[in-house]
Amino acid sequence: MRRQRGTWLRYLLLTLAAAVFAFPFYFMVVGAFQESPTNTPDRLLPTSGWTLGNFGAIDSRIDLLGSLGNSLIFTAGVLLGTVTFGLLAGYAMARLDFRGRGATWVLMLLVQMVPFQLLMIPLYVQITRGFGLGDTYLGMILPFAINTTAVFIFTQFFRALPQEMFEAARIDGASELRIVFSIAVPLVKPALTTVVLVTFIGPWNEFLWPFLITKDATLQPLAVSLANYISNVAQSTANPNGAILAGATTLAFPVVILFCLFQRYFTASNIGSAVKG
Amino acid sequence: MSTASGDLRSTRRTWWGRQPIGSLFALPYLVFVVTIFAYPLGFAVWIAFHDYFFTAPGVDVPKPFVGLDNFAAVLTDPQVLESFRNIGVFLVINVPLTVVLSLVLATALDGGIRWAAGYRIAFYVPYLTASVSLVGVWMLLFSSGGLVNEVLGPLAPNPSWLVNSSLAMPSIALFVTWKQLGFYILLYLAALQSVPRELHESAETDGANAWQRFRNVTVPGVRGTTVLVLVLAIITGANLFTEPYLLTNGGGPDGASVTPVLLIYQRGIQQQNPDTAAAIGMLLVIVVGVLSLAANRINRER
Repeated sequence: MRRQRGTWLRYLLLTLAAAVFAFPFYFMVVGAFQESPTNTPDRLLPTSGWTLGNFGAIDSRIDLLGSLGNSLIFTAGVLLGTVTFGLLAGYAMARLDFRGRGATWVLMLLVQMVPFQLLMIPLYVQITRGFGLGDTYLGMILPFAINTTAVFIFTQFFRALPQEMFEAARIDGASELRIVFSIAVPLVKPALTTVVLVTFIGPWNEFLWPFLITKDATLQPLAVSLANYISNVAQSTANPNGAILAGATTLAFPVVILFCLFQRYFTASNIGSAVKG
Repeated sequence: MSTASGDLRSTRRTWWGRQPIGSLFALPYLVFVVTIFAYPLGFAVWIAFHDYFFTAPGVDVPKPFVGLDNFAAVLTDPQVLESFRNIGVFLVINVPLTVVLSLVLATALDGGIRWAAGYRIAFYVPYLTASVSLVGVWMLLFSSGGLVNEVLGPLAPNPSWLVNSSLAMPSIALFVTWKQLGFYILLYLAALQSVPRELHESAETDGANAWQRFRNVTVPGVRGTTVLVLVLAIITGANLFTEPYLLTNGGGPDGASVTPVLLIYQRGIQQQNPDTAAAIGMLLVIVVGVLSLAANRINRER
């Protein structure tokens, strides 16, 4: 009897918490398709007033598709750098004996401890003034180009592979590069998925760095242009709420969909190391 | 690293190692770390101790060493001190809420719950979603005529949440707690798997009720994770930028929610004083380091 009450309490607690967590999303998605998003509780379940106009409204001020494209280029650049160079580094760390491996390992651990906020000013000086990469995709991508967490994930996965396979391939005279791409990579496809997911959210959601480095609105990723809309344009617009929610929905959706599709690849250990300490 | 020693035996070992090509494989990553982390880190320290300013490209003006002047300027600046106080307010609200709520919800989620995946998605999605999106939603919910105030009716604070100087920072703390909680729930869920079931069972046979078991078995069992959660929450709190920049419109009202990172941006890039900005950055790192060590220490003493 008491057990049962405990179970009920547990479900009640979880359901209440889940409602609190999910409500802002509900509000966002519904509001994005409403002519005037509600501010009163009695109209939280709207039956009329549906529209796609909010997307048009925000598109007319920040070029929604262009911004999405910029987000995509920024994210794709980071993914490309991480998957190629991160994979090679992870393979070397796990499977190859070379001078400097221990030092590289120490560096990987140290990188996790450097806060980006400390690097913000010197990186800004270096990339805009030193490299002259202000207002370029390359300048946006560079600080994120190889995700260290991904290198860790690759290293873990490559270490778990049976060593006889590599031995055999080497005896057969296969080059290391060939071993990587024809033997190792096909065996660590789950690692690739995890890396792509973990790496994707970083640049897609990133605001501070692209905000610092892009003055040119046609280069800004969606997170930056939406923020500009919220902080500057919205005040001078008659009914900005629907447009803000439409922009927020557009920015949130790709990640939410990826997460729901690949939920099982997000495990605590992977995500845990994704957070920089 | 002994794990890989077996497959390394097949080739002869030279000074460069058995597979010197490994250096080549790791080289792009090493170059990246040196240019994006090591060099800027040293540069940050250098800037903080010099009278550094932006010059037109190609112009080389001496930037004299000024010792601790930048730090002195920063430490006597009331706005900088206020930003660190604001972080204090944030942490006092955010850290206990985060630890308690994530542990309680993880415990509730643990062990044979129906729709566990659904709950997990609900808790986790705010963590994955861009701050900019969620800030946009919270701004509307907590605005003067927003849904929250409509529901509260006469209880609604005046001035409203985000424009009230004593509620702006607490609102940000609530927002961040909500946004990050799913991640900490996940950390605790993983930790709960390693608390031995037998401990729970023997406590139960000894007549311990659910609360006593939570208090005496679960809480001590996940202590290591609690330290991790504390440290990560402190780091997140110290690095606030997007929230004060957007949610409270640039650290408002009247600087009541200004944070060190927001000041680094305003001083370093808007007002072109990278030297004081770098000094704020170093102070921030020192404060975070000390707080994290303290969190670690508290845990060990208990």
